[in-house]
Amino acid sequence: MGKTVAEKIFDSHVVDNPSGDIYVISLDAVFCHEITTPAAINDLVSRNKDRVFDPDKIKAVIDHVTPAKDSKTAMQGKILRDWAKRHNIRDFFDIGRNGVCHAIFPEKGFVRPGHTVIMGDSHTCTHGAFCAFAAGVGTTDLEVGILKGVCAFHYPSTIKINIVGRMPEGVYAKDVILSIIGKLGVNGATNKVIEFTGTAVDAMSMEARMTLCNMAIEAGGTCGICYPDMTTVEYLWKFIKNKYQTKEKALEKYKKFSPDSDAKYHDVIEHDISRLEPMVTFGFKPDQVKPVREMEKTKVDQVYIGSCTNGRIEDLRVAARVLKGNKINNSVRGIISPATSKIFRQAMDEGILKIFMDAGFCVTNPTCGACLGMSNGVLAEGEVCASTTNRNFNGRMGKGGNVHLMSPATAAASAISGYITNSLNG
Amino acid sequence: MKSFSGKVLFLDRSDINTDEIIPAKYLTEISREALKPYLLEELQLDGFTSEKDIKGKSVIITRENFGCGSSREHAPWALEVNGINMVIAESFARIFRQNMFNCGMMAVKLSAQSIDHLFQVFSGKETSIKTDLEKNIFILKADGLEEKAGFSISDFDQALVASGGWVEYADAKY
Repeated sequence: MGKTVAEKIFDSHVVDNPSGDIYVISLDAVFCHEITTPAAINDLVSRNKDRVFDPDKIKAVIDHVTPAKDSKTAMQGKILRDWAKRHNIRDFFDIGRNGVCHAIFPEKGFVRPGHTVIMGDSHTCTHGAFCAFAAGVGTTDLEVGILKGVCAFHYPSTIKINIVGRMPEGVYAKDVILSIIGKLGVNGATNKVIEFTGTAVDAMSMEARMTLCNMAIEAGGTCGICYPDMTTVEYLWKFIKNKYQTKEKALEKYKKFSPDSDAKYHDVIEHDISRLEPMVTFGFKPDQVKPVREMEKTKVDQVYIGSCTNGRIEDLRVAARVLKGNKINNSVRGIISPATSKIFRQAMDEGILKIFMDAGFCVTNPTCGACLGMSNGVLAEGEVCASTTNRNFNGRMGKGGNVHLMSPATAAASAISGYITNSLNG
Repeated sequence: MKSFSGKVLFLDRSDINTDEIIPAKYLTEISREALKPYLLEELQLDGFTSEKDIKGKSVIITRENFGCGSSREHAPWALEVNGINMVIAESFARIFRQNMFNCGMMAVKLSAQSIDHLFQVFSGKETSIKTDLEKNIFILKADGLEEKAGFSISDFDQALVASGGWVEYADAKY
């Protein structure tokens, strides 16, 4: 019988089958950040098991609150930093060289087709854009991953979403994934892997594919996966060129993780985007989605552009195109956080940061901060944020605040008008 | 092994997310005990007040997709330090469910009909639950009413509960 991508990856990593459809698989990478890892480190120390399974397969970053905002966050950073040092974890990225985990780890070339990855962060599903099985886990799974290099999962069942049609002007990967979550619901893919395929995905950059896979978890999905193609190889080429003679050879190797034509799916969904409009969330669940035109009377207090969903260079370029030559509304606070130090520098070199600053945006360093109401843009009670992040949960960006999720283009247009606005009407 | 019996807290809503269970601003706490006052602080549910309704409860009964959102294990920990070791629901988010068993706690699925029935019979009454892990039966009692509900969990989940969580299990085996 044919296999899906996740089934192929699982079958090449099985360590044990402790019961029923539970499989323990070996891990190619364990990613760590300073919010969920310190508790795992402390627990390992207290159990007298302060070991790591392979320092080269563990990658760590300080990203959620950086620079530290108080003594507690400073201590979380210190625990991670000291641990990385004592276990010779060479791929550790601290302030000045850091970035939001799901932006910096792909940027460093750490994820390859066929890989298995876990991290104590729900948006780990992002890395499936590289045809990897990448799943968010809790601290205990992370702890066992660090210690033994394994993790237990139900054998994967997959929903295939065939995204077809040409992306209309003003519509981006964020609008596509919001429309898909609206269709599936926040529980629609729970315990399922989502394969994103179709002509629209073929045409997407790796950045756009990461935006797509990033929000698989918002439909409950374990991982979002895209198939490997020449776009994948081009992105990875500088990291793999010593390993393969040609790009075609690399692709040939990676293609073995593409699904078989007779693979069995839990469900196959056709999603035509040729008439899709820019989308935005309302309410407190990411499946509460409407076209921007139905929300255009919504006033915004803050506009936030950044995060593991939409803080990459392509996102910044799109927003800058909308902002160029404009000023943001007097009543709006604009905050832009390039997702990594490299993206920050690139945006500076391309003149994008100048466009943001000329428009009246505050440029902050790379961090997750505002997205989860930790730092660098927390909302006051009753305030509304137009945000390129991934969650509009109650209180997510600050107690009593309201978050509307949207693309960087829509966020930029909303900053100019002070209301949720379609970038084509700006 | 932890206790899975005691008074029940009914939360009549679906999609209760981890930001509602424990907001991200408390994730900077290193000690689990420090999470205690903040459990369900952001829960949007009419008539619910976390100060009054959580005290003395040991088990939560709720609807669909409990624990969706972030991967934070602080959600089970915040429950645990409040003496709540088990959640019974129509369904769970994957990471939350795994985190519960990884901590030697229980997240047990019942059918929509069973959950509906339990809400109809017991919600609003002071209800207690007794969990029989040998026969896999819950016994609920309130105001002279008594109901039994059977449940099933996988051998793997049972082994995690028995061994007190995934770390010891995995380190011994792999």
